[in-house]
Amino acid sequence: MIRQPVHQGRLKTPFHSRLEKLDFVNEWHEWKGYSTPDSLYCSELEYFAIRNATAVFDLSPMTKYRISGADSLEYLNRLVTRDMGKIKPGRVAYAVWCDDQGQVIDDGTIFHLREGEYRICSQERHLEWLQASAIGFDVTIKHETDDIAGLAVQGPTSFSVLSNMGLDGLGDLKPFGLTHFDFQGSELMISRTGFTGDLGYELWIEPDKAEALWDALFEAGKLHGIRAIGVHALELARVEAGYLAPYEEFLPVDETVRTGHSRSPLELGLEWLVDFKKPNFNGRRALAEEKRKGSNWRLVKLDIEGNKVAVSSFIFENKKASKAAIGFVTSAVWSPVCKQNIALGSVRAPHGKPGDNVWVEIYYQREMHWSRYMAKATVVDKPFWFPPRRSATPPGPY
Amino acid sequence: MTDKYDAIVVGAGHNGLVCSALLAKAGKRVLVLEANEQVGGAAITREFADGYSVSACAHLLYQLQPEVRKDLKLSTRLASEDMTTIALHVDGKHLRLKGHEVEGVSDEDREQYRQFRKRMTRFSDLLRKYLNKPPPRLGTKNFKDLATLGQLGLDMRLLGKNEMREFLRLIGMNIHDEVNERFDSPLLKGAISLDSVLGTHLGPRSPNTIMTYLYRQAGDHGRSGVPAGGMGSVSNELAHAARAAGVTIRTAMPVKRVIVENGRATGVETESGERFDCLTVISNADPKRTMMELVGAKHFETGFARRIHHLRAKGNAAKLHLALDGLPAIAGLSKKDYAERIVIAPDEDYVERAFNPAKYGASSPAPVIEISFPSFRDETLAPTGKHVMSAVVQYAPYALKGGWTDAAKAEFEAAVIRTIERYAPDISERITASELLTPADIEREFHITGGHWHHAELTLDQFLFVRPVASAAQYSMPLEGLYLCGAGAHPGGGVSGAAGRNAARTILNREKAA
Repeated sequence: MIRQPVHQGRLKTPFHSRLEKLDFVNEWHEWKGYSTPDSLYCSELEYFAIRNATAVFDLSPMTKYRISGADSLEYLNRLVTRDMGKIKPGRVAYAVWCDDQGQVIDDGTIFHLREGEYRICSQERHLEWLQASAIGFDVTIKHETDDIAGLAVQGPTSFSVLSNMGLDGLGDLKPFGLTHFDFQGSELMISRTGFTGDLGYELWIEPDKAEALWDALFEAGKLHGIRAIGVHALELARVEAGYLAPYEEFLPVDETVRTGHSRSPLELGLEWLVDFKKPNFNGRRALAEEKRKGSNWRLVKLDIEGNKVAVSSFIFENKKASKAAIGFVTSAVWSPVCKQNIALGSVRAPHGKPGDNVWVEIYYQREMHWSRYMAKATVVDKPFWFPPRRSATPPGPY
Repeated sequence: MTDKYDAIVVGAGHNGLVCSALLAKAGKRVLVLEANEQVGGAAITREFADGYSVSACAHLLYQLQPEVRKDLKLSTRLASEDMTTIALHVDGKHLRLKGHEVEGVSDEDREQYRQFRKRMTRFSDLLRKYLNKPPPRLGTKNFKDLATLGQLGLDMRLLGKNEMREFLRLIGMNIHDEVNERFDSPLLKGAISLDSVLGTHLGPRSPNTIMTYLYRQAGDHGRSGVPAGGMGSVSNELAHAARAAGVTIRTAMPVKRVIVENGRATGVETESGERFDCLTVISNADPKRTMMELVGAKHFETGFARRIHHLRAKGNAAKLHLALDGLPAIAGLSKKDYAERIVIAPDEDYVERAFNPAKYGASSPAPVIEISFPSFRDETLAPTGKHVMSAVVQYAPYALKGGWTDAAKAEFEAAVIRTIERYAPDISERITASELLTPADIEREFHITGGHWHHAELTLDQFLFVRPVASAAQYSMPLEGLYLCGAGAHPGGGVSGAAGRNAARTILNREKAA
């Protein structure tokens, strides 16, 4: 028997030494085995770095799988609901994958690194499902979470910061594009992707070069307000952008015990990702049936009156809440940049069409005493935060 | 341009023939493509030595469903029928089992056996009713499914409170515990154990071996017979009925793949490159071969492909054929006893011990054996005065450690002969030729993945609503236009025709509903 030391306790990401130096509040939590900061000094200020300057978020713990082999495209096309044939090398696709019943396992981004070579990037781990899906395909699946360090560099000045680093040609990179640079003899991959709904990039590099990359980045960003951020600030920006988070907007179906507590892509507003023209993909039959019969749930973006955050609120049809609740809020924040009280929620179809008015039951506490009030909310169609600079190519120099 | 058929049946096993005949009778244009030269799949008669023929795989008929006989107006001529089971004893104190009676045991055991058989008959009659229907789907609002499910519940309740409780208690249990609760005679316990495990990868102490016993009884109350001319006669009769109904049967036409276009099965391509188009592809092949090889996992969803991939389907029963220059002498047997079914399973622990090595990939040094001498009543099978012995021998695991090399086969054959020799000392001198078919050989000759005679292990997790796997229990696979009609589908193996008949009825009903 070979004895190997087993690491106990939380792992440190390749950027840990740099994060530690910037940390003033010592608020960390566990993310897939790694320590990750809630915030480093002040969530609000960190948030404003995302919206007004450049925020740097360490996303190394994101789950990454490398898919290669002759059948990789066919494999991915059976795995996810959208048509991956349209995603050319050098492009990134947001995608969602389901079980046979058309219930969402997870969403994530799929990077078409080079011809026939892909990387799946998601919050949750899926090796078992990916391997089961590989039965009958000529593909190799490699779990490479620990082999690649990742940084999200997001915000209006992010392009200027990266240009300062001497990354020529980055200006041509369109949203959901990826490109490769040389960084001190190693390959630095940059994708124009993110979780903030703003102009931003994600940087991917081997762990050994992580600290050097961080240092070069912060040096280049000195005059552009670069700041490291924690999860809380990112979460705020995520809701403004209207993005989904597993365990918030949906429960991964493989973690769900109760029937009806999982969600289909159609119930999450992701119908645009479901391509029924593909003859076979996981969940196709069930989703076609759901489309015919109608879905049970609908994801809603809510613009809520007042300034009390609608955390965990029930959603009703009318102010009196005289009938049973039609749904509930899944994520709620006060949006500083939109000056709006916003939320994402799940309501029973046919409720929740864009433009509908619903009522949100908000509980709030003032000096120990609880109060409740019903706030009117409007279902909106577009993300709350969607600035033109997000998709401008080349991006402006802020 | 190729011809377009309503249905193509892949494999002319007995179920494929039953299915095709019933579809053709309903006016469908049906083509059956068989890989081998002969129709019948694992139910064939063929020569194994010069002048000696034998039922090459299945050798006793005990399950052919009356519904199938009636629908196809079969009148199979039997050389032996309602055979007695003779459980051999080394000192000649053999047991004889027939119907509810057993001879050669204490009065108490006889009475216990009657009660045991009465109960098993009651339960297997209940089971039989559902072997001849597509199993109901669970969690659906389909009226037919709900009605079948309700009927099943009602039928169980109608057993009476105590019997229903017993049914539910016993169905998942092992036969070892039950025979030890009831009987004293080791030989009786051994013989019942053998009936419970024959054709499976299970020992008497494995769970649900009472269910497998019931499954065997559910055919014809356990009555077995041998068709005149061997099992091939049944297949030929079925093929004749199919052809008479208008079915085209083409042999020596191995199917290479099922053609899938735009998410549905639209035809098949043979090894020789011929292509046949059709509306419905019905596979008589086993589920793994059908889904993973003929169609390809990529045409299914992950969950389903994974379930098929994990289907337990590794055979453990071998077939031994001996050409004999005369009947071996077995002490205590009269001449006419050679027409009966003879078993070697001295006690229930012997059967379990025989199973033990199989768990670890080794064959049994002291195997369990079911013997018949089909030539005794059927002169067509051997030259005058000579005989053939046909035996099912266990355990011979499909995935033998080191593989089924010639040496491994010789070793196992010697173990079988040695075991028979204890009862028939002159057997070796009588042998003029022999043939051993291990599950690996059965896989090769009959194209059954794993060489399992049920196509997929007959256990509760692969039975009824979940046979072969959940979400595919009603013959229709999760690929439009693809159906299963073989032993891998409900209810399971044995020459019963139930799967083929149920599949045909399902296909016709669906068409009516559409």
